[in-house]
Amino acid sequence: MSTIAAGGAHAEPSFLDAGGRTGLLSWILSTDHKRIGILYLVSIFTLFWVGVTIGVLMRLEQLTMGPTIMEPQTYNAMFTVHGVIMIFMFVIPGLPAVLGNFFLPILIGAKDVAFPRLNLTSWYLFLAGAVLAVISLFAGSGPPDTGWTFYAPYSLRTGTNVSLAVFAAFVLGFSSILTGINFVTTIHRLRAPGMTWLRMPLFPWSLYATGWVQVLATPIISITLLLVILERFFGIGVFDPAKGGDPLLYQHLFWIYSHPAVYIMILPAMGAISEIIPTFAHRTIFGYRAIVYSSIAIAALGSLVWAHHMFTSGMGELANTIFSLLTFLVAIPSAIKVFNWVATLYKGSIDLEPPMLYALTFIFLFCIGGLTGVMQGALALNVHLHDTYFIVGHFHYVMFGGTGFGFFAALLYWFPKMFGKMYNKKVAIAAWFPLFIGFNGLYFTMLVLGVMGMPRRYYDHLPQFHTGHVIATVGSWFLTVGLLMLFSNFVMALFKGRKAEANPWGGVTLEWTVPSPPPTENFEEIPTIAGPPYEFNPVVTR
Amino acid sequence: MQEEHAHVVPYATFVKVWACLLMLTFILVVVSRMFHEALSVWAMLTITPLKAGLVFYYFMHLKYEGPLLKAMVFVALATLVVFIGMLFFDISSR
Amino acid sequence: MSAGVAHTPAAHSDYQGAKIGMWLFLFTEIILFGGLFILYSAYRAKYPHEFHHGGAELDYVIGVANTAILLTSSLSMALSITAVQRGEKRLAMIMLALTVLLGAAFLMNKYFEWGAKIAHGIYPNGPELMKRSAGEGLFFGLYFAMTGLHGLHVAGGVVLLSIMLVYLAKDRIRKGDHVKLENAGLYWHLVDVIWIFLLPLFYLAA
Repeated sequence: MSTIAAGGAHAEPSFLDAGGRTGLLSWILSTDHKRIGILYLVSIFTLFWVGVTIGVLMRLEQLTMGPTIMEPQTYNAMFTVHGVIMIFMFVIPGLPAVLGNFFLPILIGAKDVAFPRLNLTSWYLFLAGAVLAVISLFAGSGPPDTGWTFYAPYSLRTGTNVSLAVFAAFVLGFSSILTGINFVTTIHRLRAPGMTWLRMPLFPWSLYATGWVQVLATPIISITLLLVILERFFGIGVFDPAKGGDPLLYQHLFWIYSHPAVYIMILPAMGAISEIIPTFAHRTIFGYRAIVYSSIAIAALGSLVWAHHMFTSGMGELANTIFSLLTFLVAIPSAIKVFNWVATLYKGSIDLEPPMLYALTFIFLFCIGGLTGVMQGALALNVHLHDTYFIVGHFHYVMFGGTGFGFFAALLYWFPKMFGKMYNKKVAIAAWFPLFIGFNGLYFTMLVLGVMGMPRRYYDHLPQFHTGHVIATVGSWFLTVGLLMLFSNFVMALFKGRKAEANPWGGVTLEWTVPSPPPTENFEEIPTIAGPPYEFNPVVTR
Repeated sequence: MQEEHAHVVPYATFVKVWACLLMLTFILVVVSRMFHEALSVWAMLTITPLKAGLVFYYFMHLKYEGPLLKAMVFVALATLVVFIGMLFFDISSR
Repeated sequence: MSAGVAHTPAAHSDYQGAKIGMWLFLFTEIILFGGLFILYSAYRAKYPHEFHHGGAELDYVIGVANTAILLTSSLSMALSITAVQRGEKRLAMIMLALTVLLGAAFLMNKYFEWGAKIAHGIYPNGPELMKRSAGEGLFFGLYFAMTGLHGLHVAGGVVLLSIMLVYLAKDRIRKGDHVKLENAGLYWHLVDVIWIFLLPLFYLAA
């Protein structure tokens, strides 16, 4: 290691250079959490664009009644693969694998995660799962057509590549589990001296809660998917009504994971927002402890509501009632967070930089998503809304408007730190307009279509829904333009961006005390923490 | 090395636990095969978790671990129990 | 937990961290098998007589023998760790080797047990099982799925412990540096715990 020059510029190379280790092999064999974060960044966003493309094609199909550009079987495969890619390869791994990997150690004052080699293994598993999923698109019997939920008994009977796709999801689940194990252990063991639990910043807190959900919920989907494969190959009968099996048990097992999974998706995004808002309001976060406890409450309560996906499947009355009640309750901790973020703005000195703009947008879109979710939790409404476009609108508001925009905000915030380059802020703001207009044009319309009765996963639509579909499709075009602007801005910045300083935003958490980009070991000396994380006083002792 | 401070469990303790486990297994089998079904279900519901508990506590060293690890194990087991329990809200009412 | 616990580089020598990581992994195994237990409990509630009947067809003697084998293998596993902690390498190796052998014996029993059932057509989609009621079909479906998944884990454990035996022989596991062995032991004990539950659920269901 090079010696440290007095007063500022360090002779230590950044992790991107790492003393000349820049070849491809040095990246794909690296156990440096920052490099692994970037490996995930590249793979995840490649898959994201595949998912976006499929979505755009689906919307093109719905531009006219009757066939437009594809056959019904293709459409079924499209919405299945769109879901599988977006959920298992973008929204679930997204923030933890990219930004959690990059920033968790730095935010808690550590040099790396607890198990760096396991971390790299997680990425290999991610790649393996993604490759298997892509193969399932093309191999033998064609891409799965069951929907990403793989409901029995159809998933047991259809001739398409269900086993391969489901095995891909199994492998991806294993990747997620290992990340969860790594992060939970890291947070327990590697916090810097003086960083008590209640002095830890909120993004690590969100990753802690998420890690527990990854550990305790994911294995349920693992066994469920394994059983689908066993059913298809050996006919053991557990989900097959022809053999006395109960398809509802499949749904239970599936959703016992997949509902907590949505909290894996949203908690880290909320954590990132909790980092961004104080920085651009130049105020400490309002209600730090409330946000901490609400994160834990969301993880816990969120594991108890799964059957709200099954209200119309034929469960007993008692189950319907209990799960509906719990669903209403789980909205409360999320609402507490929204309240705290907004309260942080009060009497703050607001800087509407790109990360802040997108963070505020997150709050707005997430509220719509969350509230439509509560509506669906009402049993009577659910009968009318289940399996309609209302559901599709709802989950895109939370997963895309929520996690997606949260991810964009977090990237806009942390990009200069990660790469040492600043993107064009005007383009980032300009991109917001088509993004916002397109997003709402696409998904708010879906909410309306759903209430009107348009069913989801239908290849075609009746005349009364036609106008809505056209508006939605045009919305998808605006949205795509916005995404292209946002992403090309980042890519351009990588090559031509202005050099970014260590602390371009005036943040007060640990990542802003290291160079942009950080050196391989993050800190020359592990810092000692003297106080809470969001102190915006003139003098901060570290 | 931190491992030098780890608690060393005497051989005799493990042998005694093993003997208990074998005995509990014997009781369980006898009760299941000789007695009324209700009694055998009760035996299973008490003896089996007890055996598992002995393995966790002694063989897996949980007795000698700190409160953190004990709390984590509790959370994991409680999660499974809650999943099963809540599932029965549905199964029992249809 | 106090802050600032480990200043050492994250890659090695955090004994407590390694144990926490291993336990977290074990939780995933508990939940993995838990999903199958969920299914078992649902179907047992639905088909009590058929499960009773199916249980009667399983050979409880092999089941109990396998239980004794695994319980003893847990003993030898635990003894090997105490031996390493005391620097008694030879005893540790003997105990660990015994654990591996007992694990292999378990698998042998399983092989014969399954073989007998399959030979009689009692397996999913097998000729004899197809003639039976749905409930019995589910009993045996779950039997093969659960003991099969468990058996895979035993096999994995046998391989893992064999590797640990080699490490022990080469002093890569020794007094003062044995968290690998402890963690392997935790895995093995969990495999034992799962069997502790499988025994009454299947073999003593009658």
